[in-house]
Amino acid sequence: MDLFEYQGKSLYQKFDISHPNSSLVKDLTELQKVSELSYPVVVKAQVQVGGRGKAGGIKVANNEEELEKIANEIHGMDIKGHKVEVLLIEEASEILEEYYISFTLDRSEKQYLMMLSSKGGMDIEQVAKDNPSDLIKLHISPSEGLNEKDLNDSIIQANLNQKYKTELAEIILKLYKLFQEGDCDLVEVNPLAITSEGVMALDSKVALDMNAKFKHENFQLLEDEIPIPGEEKFAKEKGLNFIKLDGSVGIIGNGAGLVMSTLDVVAEHGGSASNFLDIGGGAKSETVSAALEVLETDPNVKSVLINIFGGITRCDLVAEGIVEATNGKDLKWPIVIRLDGTNSTEGLEILKNNPNDNIFISENMDEAAKLAVESGN
Amino acid sequence: MSILIDENTKVVVQGLTGREGQFHALRNRDYGTKIVAGTRPGKGGENIESIPIFNTVEEAIEGTGANVAMTFVPPAFAKDAVLESAYAGCELIVCITEGIPAKDEAEMYDIIKKQTKSKLLGPNCPGLISPGKSNVGIMPHEITKQGNVGVVSRSGTLTYEAVHQLTQLDIGQSTCIGIGGDPVPGMSFIDVLEEYEKDEETSAIVMIGEIGGSAEEEAAEFIKNTISKPVVSYIAGVTAPPGKKMGHAGAIVSGNKGTAVAKMAALEEAGAVVVSNPTKIGEAIKEVI
Repeated sequence: MDLFEYQGKSLYQKFDISHPNSSLVKDLTELQKVSELSYPVVVKAQVQVGGRGKAGGIKVANNEEELEKIANEIHGMDIKGHKVEVLLIEEASEILEEYYISFTLDRSEKQYLMMLSSKGGMDIEQVAKDNPSDLIKLHISPSEGLNEKDLNDSIIQANLNQKYKTELAEIILKLYKLFQEGDCDLVEVNPLAITSEGVMALDSKVALDMNAKFKHENFQLLEDEIPIPGEEKFAKEKGLNFIKLDGSVGIIGNGAGLVMSTLDVVAEHGGSASNFLDIGGGAKSETVSAALEVLETDPNVKSVLINIFGGITRCDLVAEGIVEATNGKDLKWPIVIRLDGTNSTEGLEILKNNPNDNIFISENMDEAAKLAVESGN
Repeated sequence: MSILIDENTKVVVQGLTGREGQFHALRNRDYGTKIVAGTRPGKGGENIESIPIFNTVEEAIEGTGANVAMTFVPPAFAKDAVLESAYAGCELIVCITEGIPAKDEAEMYDIIKKQTKSKLLGPNCPGLISPGKSNVGIMPHEITKQGNVGVVSRSGTLTYEAVHQLTQLDIGQSTCIGIGGDPVPGMSFIDVLEEYEKDEETSAIVMIGEIGGSAEEEAAEFIKNTISKPVVSYIAGVTAPPGKKMGHAGAIVSGNKGTAVAKMAALEEAGAVVVSNPTKIGEAIKEVI
């Protein structure tokens, strides 16, 4: 789960990683509390999208009057479809040098990866492309951790200012601790800056591994602060994995791989999916009826395809869920159903005993997709 | 033959006393799998449907000669359970548990690799089955049939789809394996492909991948250089919306790998038969064997 900059910085606080003094403003009436900060300050729009600086979402204010004006400008502004609801107001730092640092998992090496560069404050992907030697990569054994010797060597290799090597090593170790103990998928700081007041993490891009929620009480609080689109919210409450797409064929399936390939087969038959919806393994009848309810909220849906291959999931329970959600109803759209695997005979029997003019059974995925596309046209 | 498990495999179940563990252990035993033991600290000496329970995996191995562990323990305890089996000397550990933190996975993989000789399949995988011999996992064995095609996949239900098609076409399987889709899976495509190449009973291979990561690209390179048997491949997610990238760091690490198109191109270049529709996997195998 990607965090907002201010949320990442609240984790900096917890791990004692130095960063600028700041104040969070959700409502413009809260601007007075900013008076504790010393000017100049930087007003930063809190949106989860790149390029907010260029879009005018980051500006410097030299006094109260300017702050009022800039805050009013940025609050409520639309940046690439993201409405600015929260402002982070920070004391501006006098920057002497800007570096880049990140910790992430290198999936193909099955090790952690630290990347470090003296070319911070700019587009680091471009640096990696144009001057790969400016980006130092250090693999870290997950069971042994980051050792100080490797870290010090990397600081030298990356050509960071040696005058600050002790401070740099200290803050980098704390960032690693945040990544490792804090169960982050990503900790990325650009820039990690040498300022007139020492080494500081000026920005934060942090993503949390939500599988580790049971270890960290604060994960739930952070999650609650992140807005999710209306249609996805309902699905989430029902425990469904749902992503809204642009097409008109509603898709319900079990298992991410099967749902993804159902999308592909629908496309092969000239259709396009209105969503990705995975009911997961071992779904009960309520899960299936909730899935149909989710699709009902989408006006773009013209037909629905339910593609189930039962393993842990039992087809008879899926069929019961379909019957619960549709029995006696005048359906808005045709539903094409394909059931295979565990208890599929029982499932198909249940559907046969509860006929509906708008429900069609198909024997395999290919035919089902074709029928769903055609019946929605 | 077949790979990794066969009629001689003896399985100890970690989490036999839980609902899922018990259901699948008994189902697999009915199929003919030698489920010889279960573990549950503090319950040693008891039994479930005549399967003896031991306090530790080490005791279970001593008492029964178990050589493979099937792990169903909840995410918070999975790392310790898997490491316990590895330290106790299990040749193969099949971890079904879903939802293990990535850091736990990375640590346990690192330790197993550096300190033990065990192989780890999963976590978050459906396990594996050598039809007619042994089922260590949650795959529905009804759809399988003993034969000569090796199946390996990152996705559970899509594996069933492919296996079902093969069986309907009267094409049997040597072994079917789901490696799981988590960030740090134990055995990779390459590890499994290597086993299939060595296995005399396997004459062709089905490999099912999906978008994200670079495991399929690495497998393609391996197929090109090492695999002499025919490979049929399908990649799910051609039309899936591009997933979120993990900041700039993620983009730098993955480069332009990870898309379905890149994976399909790499596999085709490696000499695999790549089908664009999963319902064509069975027919494609029929043509290459």
